[in-house]
Amino acid sequence: MEASSHDVLLVGGGGAGLRAAIAAAEVNLKLSIAVVSKVYPMRSHTVSAEGGAAGVAKSDDSLDEHCYDTISGGDWLCDQDAVEAFVKEAPQELLQLERWGCPWSREPDGHIAVRAFGGMKKRRTWFAADKTGFHMLHTLFQTTLKYPPITRYDEWFVTKLLVDDGRVQGVVAIELMSGKIRAITAKAVILCTGGCGRVFPFTTNANIKNGDGMALAYRAGAPLKDMEFVQYHPTGLPFTGILITEAARAEGGYMLNKDGYRYLQDYNLGTPQPKPVLRSMELGPRDRLSQAFVKEDQKGRTIQTPYGPIVHLDLRHLGEKLINAKLPFVRELCQKYQNIDPVRELIPVRPVVHYMMGGVSTDIDGATPLAGLYAAGEVACVSINGANRLGSNSLPECLVFGARAGRAAAAYAATQQVPDGKVFAQANDERRRLETQFLFRTGGHERIATIREEMQKTVETSAGIYREHASLAKATHQLRELQRRFGDISLDDHSRTFNTELESALELGFMLDVAESIVQCALHRTESRGAHQRTDYPARDDNKFLAHSIVSRNFDGSSRVEYLPVKITRWAPGERVYGETSKEQSKSTPIRQAV
Amino acid sequence: MADKIILEVARYSPERDAKPSFQSYEVPVYKEWVVLDALNYIKDQVDGSLTYRWSCRMGICGSCGMMVNGEPKLTCATFLSSYAHNGSKVRVEPLRYFPVVRDLVTELSDFLVKLTKVKPWLIRHDEPPLTQGEFLQTPDQLDRYKQFSMCINCTLCYAACPVVGLDPVFVGPAAIALAQRYNMDSRDQGTEERTAVLAHPEGIWGCTFVGECTRVCPKHVDPAGAIQQYKLKAALDWVKSFVMPGEHKSKDVRSEAAND
Repeated sequence: MEASSHDVLLVGGGGAGLRAAIAAAEVNLKLSIAVVSKVYPMRSHTVSAEGGAAGVAKSDDSLDEHCYDTISGGDWLCDQDAVEAFVKEAPQELLQLERWGCPWSREPDGHIAVRAFGGMKKRRTWFAADKTGFHMLHTLFQTTLKYPPITRYDEWFVTKLLVDDGRVQGVVAIELMSGKIRAITAKAVILCTGGCGRVFPFTTNANIKNGDGMALAYRAGAPLKDMEFVQYHPTGLPFTGILITEAARAEGGYMLNKDGYRYLQDYNLGTPQPKPVLRSMELGPRDRLSQAFVKEDQKGRTIQTPYGPIVHLDLRHLGEKLINAKLPFVRELCQKYQNIDPVRELIPVRPVVHYMMGGVSTDIDGATPLAGLYAAGEVACVSINGANRLGSNSLPECLVFGARAGRAAAAYAATQQVPDGKVFAQANDERRRLETQFLFRTGGHERIATIREEMQKTVETSAGIYREHASLAKATHQLRELQRRFGDISLDDHSRTFNTELESALELGFMLDVAESIVQCALHRTESRGAHQRTDYPARDDNKFLAHSIVSRNFDGSSRVEYLPVKITRWAPGERVYGETSKEQSKSTPIRQAV
Repeated sequence: MADKIILEVARYSPERDAKPSFQSYEVPVYKEWVVLDALNYIKDQVDGSLTYRWSCRMGICGSCGMMVNGEPKLTCATFLSSYAHNGSKVRVEPLRYFPVVRDLVTELSDFLVKLTKVKPWLIRHDEPPLTQGEFLQTPDQLDRYKQFSMCINCTLCYAACPVVGLDPVFVGPAAIALAQRYNMDSRDQGTEERTAVLAHPEGIWGCTFVGECTRVCPKHVDPAGAIQQYKLKAALDWVKSFVMPGEHKSKDVRSEAAND
């Protein structure tokens, strides 16, 4: 088998992956660094991020306030040491990106401009109009082009992590162009593959977001953390699921029910004011807004459409000038994909799966419990997002923890030897698996799309905005059955060259594992916290569940869920308060941690 | 609006075919469907071997560019219904002027080489420490390069450019626009380094100013404008070098322009 070898290997070339690659290169320009990505890096889903990136920048703000907003927004499930590191380093990372040329929006005097965002008590969200992720990704990608130590494997699809002697030593990947299956060995591997929104039927996530890295880690023996915490963004366009950024509400947009009423006032989120009020109403956190939508629908106050119930986002009062200056992409998306103009018309929206708070369990430097394996960005759970991520924390998370993981992996790689022959035997086994179970196999009875759709429906029904025992237990069995049927899939495409059907089949396999981890974590957490709402256990239970779910794979392929205490440094768990009373911060309560 | 439409899709497998051919599929037409939805319908329900790239489905990742009835289009942003007149067909082909890997997938490595060639990163002679804060840039300074920074690398402009078709070494519209994105950025000091590439016959002087690149751009970038700006600057630099010898340092522009 053909093989190549590097010191540090990145899987995924989005915001976290490229930042990690540059960080590793800057540790030592003599290191050999590889970025393996199933798409050209500038296609990565970071490109779709719209609203902005949070980092304390102005004199009226403080690191502690950003910490508090993040921790309370995460319903006290964040590890506070990670949040403190994140909040401290985010402004430096955003500034570094400015130095690399990111076209941040500016104040008239030339300084960086910041905007309001949901759940944030101060204005601290840096933005590049409403294409922040696009500009960040292209800036990072273009910057990597000047680093000779970074080798790119564009359009290579990783199918397996090579593990020997208790440590990760590389990957097996398919070069899509030729169909060659190759081993790429490395002294350290960093997963930066993003989230898994495609496990659900209705998502803002791109087609490439299949939880690849989560499943790769899980199969290799690295546990996943807090997989039950799935973020629904309150404002997706119906049918397409295209995201209308929270910045639309930060700039002053209203959420209206079918009667034109700002319904969020009925859900303990404050009283409506003409201008946006921080941490109030439309600027409440995403979990609470999405949950309010479901309640509003139950009251019969949404509008029924062929693509499900909707409410309206009203930007008309903001005026054409502001919309063009601050929200041009929102206008473009509405015009191109919904055939409406938000300057004059209401935008139909509904909650849509957007982000995975959970992921591969890592420490504060991106290291997983499996030696040689690191993870950063949405694929990872550090955890700074807890039970609900605040908008505009994910882009700086990619930068801060991408850089940390890159530096840590580079340091680790310096202590390791070049992988030896044993991993090549494993790589050959993997090649045979891909060929006999998929590429050359004929006579199967199942179509990929059928199983994928049934999986998506199963996960949505059981692990949607509200959950309860019976449907989660049922989903457990349904997913096991889908796993069985997946073994009987049939490919139409048996050729080597750019076989996207083979890729889809392998992605479906990844998603089935990820789906199981979501459902199992949701089943076992018998409380409600942040984005995890159990109708049968409606209260938060800090006695039992001030703890991260840790889900690992057993030898027989089944999963087990255990708990790890949340790290509390300075902010004792309190009530989450939004609206006018949100000035009143948490009252300290004694902390008892789950075992 | 018809409720069904015929998609004629270019098929080519290097393992099987000597040359590309067309395969027809009948697909339903819904008013929300874009051409990409029809391709996904075929792949999921009819023929899993149909091969194309796509990802974000919101016009920002740049993956799904194809020729639709002879025009370079992002298929995620092109409604099927706009072609659904009685008896009409939609022909879908890979982007023109690129080598075809398979079906609708083009070979992009040459494009990436060209993009890299123009040094599309911020070049500075000095790197003050981060503690000194951001480089100041007023909204007006930002506006000068902003539209050139909107390129999503979808390569539609290459498929529209007759010069790309005739001259494979031409660096091409997107790469030139990207170079200009950095040249026009008040923080950048690398214009002269990029000039070595741009003022070459393979650079801006290859362009015959057809303007198709700007017309097809889904993001309203104006590569033709970038090229024109740059030609003007290069020509002025060349003239200045005679009028005010020693005052201008763009030697590359002068020598390359003189060779042209």
